[in-house]
Amino acid sequence: MVDPENKTPENKVRPPSRQYPDPAVKLKQDPPTTGHSWDGIEEYDNPMPRWWVWIFILTVIWSVGYWIAMPAWPGIQQATSGVLGYSSRANVASELAEFEARNEQFFVQLVETDLDAIRDNDELHRFAINAGGSVFRAQCSQCHGQGGAGVQASGFPNLLDDDWLWGGTMEDIVTTITWGIRNEDFADTRYSAMPAFGADGLLSNEEIDQVVAHVLSLSGADHDATLASAGAEVFEMNCASCHGESGEGDYFIGAPALNNQIWLYGGSPEAIRESVYYSRFGVMPGFENRLREAEIRAVAAYVHQLGGGQ
Amino acid sequence: MNAQDPNPPSLYAKREPIFPRRVKGNFRTMKWWLLAVMLGIYYLIPWIRWDRGPDMPGQAVLLDLANRRFFFFMVEIWPHEFYFVAGLLIMAGIGLFLFTSALGRVWCGYACPQTVWTDLFILVERWVEGDRNARLRLHRQAWNFEKIRKYGLKWTVWFLIGMATGGAWVFYFSDAPTLLVDLFTGQAHPIAYMTVLVLTMTTFLFGGFFREQVCIYACPWPRIQAAMMDEDTITIDYRHWRGEPRGKLKKGQLDPTQGDCIDCMACVNVCPMGIDIRNGQQMECITCGLCIDACDEVMDRIGKPRGLVAYMALSDQQAEQSGAPQKSVWKHILRPRTMLYTAIWGLVGIGLVVALFIRSDMDMSVAPLRNPTHVVLSDGTVRNVYDIRLRNMYHEQRDFVLSITENPDLRLSIEGEPGRRVTVGPDEMALLRVYLTAAPETPSNTAERSAVRIWATIPGTNDRVYSDTIFNGRTQ
Repeated sequence: MVDPENKTPENKVRPPSRQYPDPAVKLKQDPPTTGHSWDGIEEYDNPMPRWWVWIFILTVIWSVGYWIAMPAWPGIQQATSGVLGYSSRANVASELAEFEARNEQFFVQLVETDLDAIRDNDELHRFAINAGGSVFRAQCSQCHGQGGAGVQASGFPNLLDDDWLWGGTMEDIVTTITWGIRNEDFADTRYSAMPAFGADGLLSNEEIDQVVAHVLSLSGADHDATLASAGAEVFEMNCASCHGESGEGDYFIGAPALNNQIWLYGGSPEAIRESVYYSRFGVMPGFENRLREAEIRAVAAYVHQLGGGQ
Repeated sequence: MNAQDPNPPSLYAKREPIFPRRVKGNFRTMKWWLLAVMLGIYYLIPWIRWDRGPDMPGQAVLLDLANRRFFFFMVEIWPHEFYFVAGLLIMAGIGLFLFTSALGRVWCGYACPQTVWTDLFILVERWVEGDRNARLRLHRQAWNFEKIRKYGLKWTVWFLIGMATGGAWVFYFSDAPTLLVDLFTGQAHPIAYMTVLVLTMTTFLFGGFFREQVCIYACPWPRIQAAMMDEDTITIDYRHWRGEPRGKLKKGQLDPTQGDCIDCMACVNVCPMGIDIRNGQQMECITCGLCIDACDEVMDRIGKPRGLVAYMALSDQQAEQSGAPQKSVWKHILRPRTMLYTAIWGLVGIGLVVALFIRSDMDMSVAPLRNPTHVVLSDGTVRNVYDIRLRNMYHEQRDFVLSITENPDLRLSIEGEPGRRVTVGPDEMALLRVYLTAAPETPSNTAERSAVRIWATIPGTNDRVYSDTIFNGRTQ
């Protein structure tokens, strides 16, 4: 293939055909300028690229159709509505209505299903937990916390543990949520009141110290044994009728159990002493007027599966 | 731009329409075969069936975006295994590096969809309007019935090809036979129609009108490729030492003082990129080989050896010119650079294959709930809660048993389940709320935190996975 005639080793210069076309060949006439000059810099008056102009014209044509079809021109009261009748507000409303219609069957089912049977229906239970969870975060988390842990030693009950004031069955939870606790709006509300033993002069300071020591002993906490044995009698006379002989509490009257490790207002001697001296009066709103029955049941199902349900 | 230059070049280059002439030859034949095979693969793959069991999709290649599962014959990829896709993309990238450093823009010339579809569109154009001269005439003549009819027919066929292209694309993402019926009965999802429409229009415009401009102006790959080529890369070039000085045949005779190039413009007329290969390798050239076919045909006819335009390395050009011995093709291809690319490519590939074989078809992730970190129960027991996701990446439902082996003082239970055994459906994930409890006075109860390893076992098999987490004790 090698042609000896053309073999020119010294030929280092590119032959004309190997050189790129001289750009000067393509030179055109200088376009006119706009006549503006800034520090000697002038501006060419080039036409817009044709594709750009065409797209611009198309957008103008498009906009005319858009004015007619879609809401466009602002008026005093409202914008022109357009022949297609599009409205983002109406779209949101219809989407919300669509979701609500889709959920409606579950809400009906929630009311119709026996409370303890909700968790047997997987689909319904999943719905109840999700719907109840969102209600919980909106209505309950202010006091009981996003995670349901309440506020330690501050009177906002932890819903995750196995200790309940008014009972932890589905039915108990529904009742508590519906009518609230010590809520004056409802006759059916959960109500109990412990006397303020110190403030009302029912017990002397000495007797209070004794009963505090006895209460500490009930839960196995460190205590003064002499004081505690004296406090046993005080306890039996004044406290056992509600809190039980051994401090086991009573769901029916909302008397907290004292023989365990959970203290709603704190388990220190000072905190217990304050509870005995002044009494406590925790309250919770009733949701009878604020939530649908199905929503109350959904929240109950959510709370029940947080770990403490009975 | 020189201010003194009275005629500065325009900064805007108008597109010159290109009308590639028909050509016959080895490269053209190879390109037709490649086109048929690649389009065949593209159109047929979604229709291959693959039996995975009753509850699983029966499509061999399926990117199930809605359910976040990716099926490739016997392989199923879950979203958390997306590193396989990343690995394949790395291999594709390194593979392109390898081919480019060895054979130049071979991807652009033969395999790139832009090239393949443009080839197909030019074929349609030729069927409707005729070869180069007829097309040129039609392009220059005023609009009349013939031009409207031919252009209309051409655009219609292009549009149908575009629709078939976009239509085939969506079959990769849904069950093909079902989707085909749905598409024609108006039942398919609006996204499917939008995808078809967008791909129809891009195919129609890119293959019919933008063509070489995509390669020259839009595609970043040619710019990157330049960095991978050197004097040993095999590209297409013109043997100027043999062809020059070029000149026309005089009375059908070759002038002995002239080179072999008879300036017949065959190589220019067939070029889909509209360039003159006799100017050497240049930015626009996609090395499709059609100029080689065109020139060889002419060389045969005038009785000169083939190869005036040919695949060669830049160093060949210089060696031939100086009469030095030439390197063989393999010596060009096998050089440190290509071997390094091959090694990296192979390592990534081996890594992926190994990962594919050692991966488990079950997986567990454990997320401790941190609000609150722990709960004290009435008897002083401490409880921690965990969200556990159990993935059953198998086509049948299976039971999993959760256990703790290294912390004897911890008890495990599952919310809503009587035992520690759960059933997870085929190819599904179960979300469990799991409790760990430590009785009073046990080490985990009193320690601030302890390390925990949770196991998930499939009873009756050796399949098990674990996940490490933390148990928070009673700190106050």
